[in-house]
Amino acid sequence: MMRIVLCVVYLIAAPFVGCLLDGCDRKITARMQGRQGPSVYQPWWDLQKLLAKERLMVNPSQFYLMASYTVFVVISGALFFCGSDLLLVFFALTTSEMFMVLAASTTSSPYSSMGANRELIQMTSSEPMVLLTAVGLYLATGTFSVAETAAMGGLPIICKLPGFFIGFVFILTIKMRKSPFDVSTSHHAHQEMVKGVTTEMSGATLACETIANWYEHVMLMGIIGLFCLNGTVWSMLLAIVVALAVYFLEVLIDNTSARVKWQTMFKLAWGVTIVCAGVNLFVLQMLR
Amino acid sequence: MKLSRSPWLIHYDCSSCNGCDIEVLAATMPRYDVERFGIINTGDPMHADILLTTGGCNHQNAPVLKQIYEQMPNPKVVVAVGTCACTGGVFKDCYNILGGTDTVIPVDVYVTGCAARPESIIDGVVQALAILDQKYEAYTTDPKAKEGN
Ligand code: SF4
Repeated sequence: MMRIVLCVVYLIAAPFVGCLLDGCDRKITARMQGRQGPSVYQPWWDLQKLLAKERLMVNPSQFYLMASYTVFVVISGALFFCGSDLLLVFFALTTSEMFMVLAASTTSSPYSSMGANRELIQMTSSEPMVLLTAVGLYLATGTFSVAETAAMGGLPIICKLPGFFIGFVFILTIKMRKSPFDVSTSHHAHQEMVKGVTTEMSGATLACETIANWYEHVMLMGIIGLFCLNGTVWSMLLAIVVALAVYFLEVLIDNTSARVKWQTMFKLAWGVTIVCAGVNLFVLQMLR
Repeated sequence: MKLSRSPWLIHYDCSSCNGCDIEVLAATMPRYDVERFGIINTGDPMHADILLTTGGCNHQNAPVLKQIYEQMPNPKVVVAVGTCACTGGVFKDCYNILGGTDTVIPVDVYVTGCAARPESIIDGVVQALAILDQKYEAYTTDPKAKEGN
């Protein structure tokens, strides 16, 4: 019962929470740059605007592909919050990204296609760590179930999996498409790739991407929170605090670094994955 | 619903001397910070609501300008920034110059000055926002407005 309630709460509240997080992101970013910045409700107004505008389409299938992207992100988030299998959550998330890549490559625009290629590279860079996170959580708790992991007593799992946590936070920058790993699309103008994957999207199609991002961000923060849960109330508070701290860290990294080449991203991501997750995995195996 | 709460703009340099372009960019800097009005300088016509043009149009960039304008989803507004974009300015009589932006696409707001000051650019964009809202109203009520604004 509790699981279904949590799942419904996620479905309803996630866009609002994601939107607020996005608004705070833009406000904090502006303050870091010495600007006043927009209102925290700005992303909400942006979304309303996008839905109100004309839907110019290069290819009609693009909208349906982006809608599928959104649906799959929502499904993976819903699976996560109803405490289902973590592997299933990650597979649904990966499937959703494939729809995004397809949507970007249905147009013949060079920028959109380049964005699609780079999105694939981003996936190649981050996916090993995502899968290893599931493996790590399994080794620490003996189950892939999110609900059982969250209710597991004893010390929070982060104490057993610090390496996996660091690795996951590292690839979070890739997942959230933030600088220095915003190679497939970017929030800033005057780029070599215009807007990458979203270049040819307008109106409702772009709104789909925005909504999916909000759902995805909330889910990713949920995964961060999962590392801190041990079934008690204080661990829930800890989870929220850690998730917000990680989100702030992502904003800070976004503002203090310049975009790297995809090769560097690839090497760094795999390097961190192998070192952090690998060492942690080794230690876990030794302790078993 | 007000479109003017989230105006994203695209800036196209027709054949400006770069004076006006620098001022446009200055408006996005911390001192003027146009993002506090929700204005984002996007590089993508498909995402943009406002087209800022600088410099006079010539035969070579007229089709480019036209294409960018056509790629912008309705409702949209155009702001011509600087004397060159308004009339052709000092380059008006050059053999290659067609004239201001309005010789190629319809312009809604003219911001004069050589170079236009960031304050007047922001003022021009804010005036354009009122026009954007009017166009949106026409867009939602009048089906004919959907075809071309
Ligand atoms: S108006 Fe003046 S500053 Fe602006 S593009 Fe023309 S010549 Fe340059």
